Amino acid sequence: MTTSLIGQPLPRVDGHAKVTGSARYAADFNQKGQAYAVIVSATVGLGRISRIDSAEVEDMPGIIAVITHRNAPRLPYGPHKSYIDPATGERLHMLQDDRVRFHGQPVAVVVADALDRAERGAAALRISYEAEQPVVDPSQAEPIIPEAAAQPGAMIPADKARGDADEALARARVTVDATYEIARENHNPMEPHATIAAWTGERLTLWSKSQFVVNEQAETAAIFGIPPEHVQVICPFIGGAFGTSLRTWPHVTLAAIAARQVGRPVKLVLTRKQMFFTTGHRPRSLQRVALGSAADGKLAAIVHEGSGETSRYEEFIEALTQPSTYLYSCQNVRTRYRLRPLDIGTPNHMRGPGEASGVFALECAMDELSYAVGIDPIELRRRNEPAIDEGVNKPFSSRSLMKCYDEAAARFGWSRRDPRPRSMRDGRLLIGMGAASATYPAFQAPSSARVRLLADGIAEVEVAASDMGPGTYTSMTQIAAEMLGLPVDQVRFRLGRSDYPPAPSHGGSWTMASVGSAIRAACIAVREDAARRAIADQRSRVFGASPEEVEWAEGRLRRRGDAVAGQPYREIVASAGAPIEAGASAQRDPEVAGRYSMHAFGAVLAEVAVDPDVGTIRVRRAVGAYGIGRVVNPRLARSQCTGGMIGGIGMALMERTVLDPRDGRPVNAHMADYLVPVNLDIPALEAHFVDEMDPHVNPLGVKGLGEIALIGMAPAIANAVFHATGKRVRTLPIRIEDVLTA
Amino acid sequence: MLPFRIEKVSTEQDAIQAALAGGRYIAGGTTLVDLMREEVERPKRLIDINALPLDDIRAEGSDLIIGALARMADVAAHPDVLRLQPLIAESLIEGASPQLRNMASIGGNLLQRVRCPYFRMLDAPCNKRTPGSGCAAIDGLNAGHAILGTSDHCVATHPSDLAVALVALGATVRVRGPQGGRSFPVEQLYRLPGDTPHLEHTLQPGELIVDVNVPGGAHSRRARYLKVRDRASYEFALVSTAAALEIEDGVIRQVRLAAGGVGTRPWRLRASEDALIGKARDRQAFEAAAQLALEGARPLSGNHYKLELLPRTIVRALEMAVEAA
Repeated sequence: MTTSLIGQPLPRVDGHAKVTGSARYAADFNQKGQAYAVIVSATVGLGRISRIDSAEVEDMPGIIAVITHRNAPRLPYGPHKSYIDPATGERLHMLQDDRVRFHGQPVAVVVADALDRAERGAAALRISYEAEQPVVDPSQAEPIIPEAAAQPGAMIPADKARGDADEALARARVTVDATYEIARENHNPMEPHATIAAWTGERLTLWSKSQFVVNEQAETAAIFGIPPEHVQVICPFIGGAFGTSLRTWPHVTLAAIAARQVGRPVKLVLTRKQMFFTTGHRPRSLQRVALGSAADGKLAAIVHEGSGETSRYEEFIEALTQPSTYLYSCQNVRTRYRLRPLDIGTPNHMRGPGEASGVFALECAMDELSYAVGIDPIELRRRNEPAIDEGVNKPFSSRSLMKCYDEAAARFGWSRRDPRPRSMRDGRLLIGMGAASATYPAFQAPSSARVRLLADGIAEVEVAASDMGPGTYTSMTQIAAEMLGLPVDQVRFRLGRSDYPPAPSHGGSWTMASVGSAIRAACIAVREDAARRAIADQRSRVFGASPEEVEWAEGRLRRRGDAVAGQPYREIVASAGAPIEAGASAQRDPEVAGRYSMHAFGAVLAEVAVDPDVGTIRVRRAVGAYGIGRVVNPRLARSQCTGGMIGGIGMALMERTVLDPRDGRPVNAHMADYLVPVNLDIPALEAHFVDEMDPHVNPLGVKGLGEIALIGMAPAIANAVFHATGKRVRTLPIRIEDVLTA
Repeated sequence: MLPFRIEKVSTEQDAIQAALAGGRYIAGGTTLVDLMREEVERPKRLIDINALPLDDIRAEGSDLIIGALARMADVAAHPDVLRLQPLIAESLIEGASPQLRNMASIGGNLLQRVRCPYFRMLDAPCNKRTPGSGCAAIDGLNAGHAILGTSDHCVATHPSDLAVALVALGATVRVRGPQGGRSFPVEQLYRLPGDTPHLEHTLQPGELIVDVNVPGGAHSRRARYLKVRDRASYEFALVSTAAALEIEDGVIRQVRLAAGGVGTRPWRLRASEDALIGKARDRQAFEAAAQLALEGARPLSGNHYKLELLPRTIVRALEMAVEAA
């Protein structure tokens, strides 16, 4: 192969389908004879259903069924947990009892022959409650030790320490000790959750928005007590998700219950308001970070204590305090992670889960330390750059943090920054520049893939993976084309069906590493099978060659160095008399995984302008540099990265779901009131990738990018706000009223 | 959404008759349809008035006449508006996203309903939506609510930016109804909530806004609208101020001030205006006058910051107006 496809900025292979509207999302798979279901959500924050008057609704035009806990089937709800479900607790069961555990919990589903009729029926359904007082404010909840985090060897340990951090802190020359609070955020993708459920006998098909189709298949099968192979989940396209579609949420079950009850396919789409109820959220978090250092800024102590909210029925845990164990060199480190159970729906992973919140606290504290010791924030990090991951005492497989800072600082013009707070102005506006590190683990999970060589020279590649926007379709096509020596337009990559070879969840920034590695392995397997056949085939132009002396290029198998001759796929397949197919699985070599600490790192620099009169805060520009191993497609990677940076701007300055403490209702469950950045809020954003060869993470050398793109942005902005105003705001989002009196 | 009937009318007389028979006017529908979808509004009969010839925008001398059916986007871009009353264009641009501006009419903008989140929640008490049911915002989450003109029954702010500009400029609204036509200041279009917050405006049954007349003056060119909010677009004002100044030899001859985001209706700041007449156009005078805007202000649990933000916004808007000419 002369030029590698990997690393090329290919345009999206699904771009045309998306912009022309031919890409079909879950709610687009309308079925013949389909009915429409609308969920009725609890209007109290805690309590019991005392009365349901469904007769009147049942008589309304077009209403087919009103399903409540009174008449819903008792479902087996067999045990099921995947790694994206909380290890402790039990998922919400749908319509199985009269309990209301949080505001907005589904309490009924109304099915009609048309959507507007179902909506009217749902609006007319009268339900009475015996309401109790919910607790929705984490500061009013006693922290508990998460059961899963208390296990020996837990991936997310409740308590972890090296050295004696508290003593070192007490003795440190310079200290910073501060508390940070981050608001609850909801994912708010463009596409609402949607499921169309259709039963054929005891077999169920779900066209359902999902980042994990094989898990939705397995969990739905467990809920209904049917074999997994009787459930098919289909989701070729996702209109943004950010983690909200990782779990199998209640509406999926409700759609399936409704479809079975009414004996026809049922379509169920959540309203925007319902997207704030039962489909997870980034948990509100409270954190304390205390840093102690010598006069030269060398860290002597890190104490990071944090807690996140969870529901009363499940313990959702995330790696809130983990970054503090490896981001910097420090002999004395103590982390503590707790949960605060509340009368809310269970939170779940939202882009950069855990790390985004934890890195915010740590990186703001580092910035505070930089002023306390009088050292440039980037220089402070340089002085604390570790040689190894001191948390686990292993070398990093690769770590480019300082290279990222150098790249970002040069492009940003960091040297023009006056270090004094409130010293830089542009006319009346206060200008601030802030820096923050970003980090996220370079995960890889077992995945499988199948490749099929067809008689027309086309290769079909299938994996039960997902593409919520990063460009899985395109990047996997590139990998397969590269491995098979085919032009990209002769590779057909398919994903989003649970009957394809299983893939891990589409989250945790591991799709590229996991699915990409599986496709690579499957391509090698099919290549070898085809090569064996061709070499053994007397009519083939490579007959008798040794496997070592042949290569795949330009759609054929040829002897190395032979640019013209060779045996085309088409002919090999034709000789075989049938498509040549191979499946393979891939996972990280456990021996290598045990030897190295594997993480991606990045540096984010942001500039803000604060109006000293009226307090408006606007990001003016930001530069991120990331070390993420090999970049398969720089065009997609940059797009994914700026998307994540925009998410970080939202986290820093806008996003916040507010619950009414009286009854737990989200008060701003509306896109006009839950603020996310709009075009006018987005300045020039630059994302750069430093050269990083990591031979250890996987043969492709890829680390993943989705999460780290968001992480680091919020603290960089918060630090810039301090630099601009001299006022340290330790709560997110930072709003006008926070800096008004700066 | 509940079923409804919609009929098109082509004359004002037909429109008024239909309204008297219980119909609701609909033009751009950007508020009404939204609220109908959430069943906050439940009209049984809609009267589509878009065919009425009320979308004219024109100058009569220094007066600007804006038809009630002119679209926000068209008004904001109209040369006569930009020439005579740039403040109006600015308030419109700040007032909504381009998609909304393309649809929303001037009359509808003036009559848009409040953004209080509880108003939109059918399962929460709201005196405006269901008279006598109570107000969830007074003891609830009220960071966005009013500090002026509130009552024990309602604390919602009036959301229109345009109305703030029109009130500042002393515009009048012309209406036509079963008894004929009448004109009155835009300011008088709005009621204070008192103990009847469900009654928001002073239009009589069947009355139709025909146009808005904005008198010009020396202040019109030196006028700015400042809208303060957490994101740069598509958000209602935390606090806004329309400021127009006539300055002669560094002395303020005439000033028009109104604020949004703080009052239960667009809030003309007369005490601040009076304090500025004859003063030098400096920050000290602006700050002293801005403090007077807080007279009678009653903050709620979540919006104390508006006591700080309102005077600052007034000062800044005045400074911007000074710089405008």
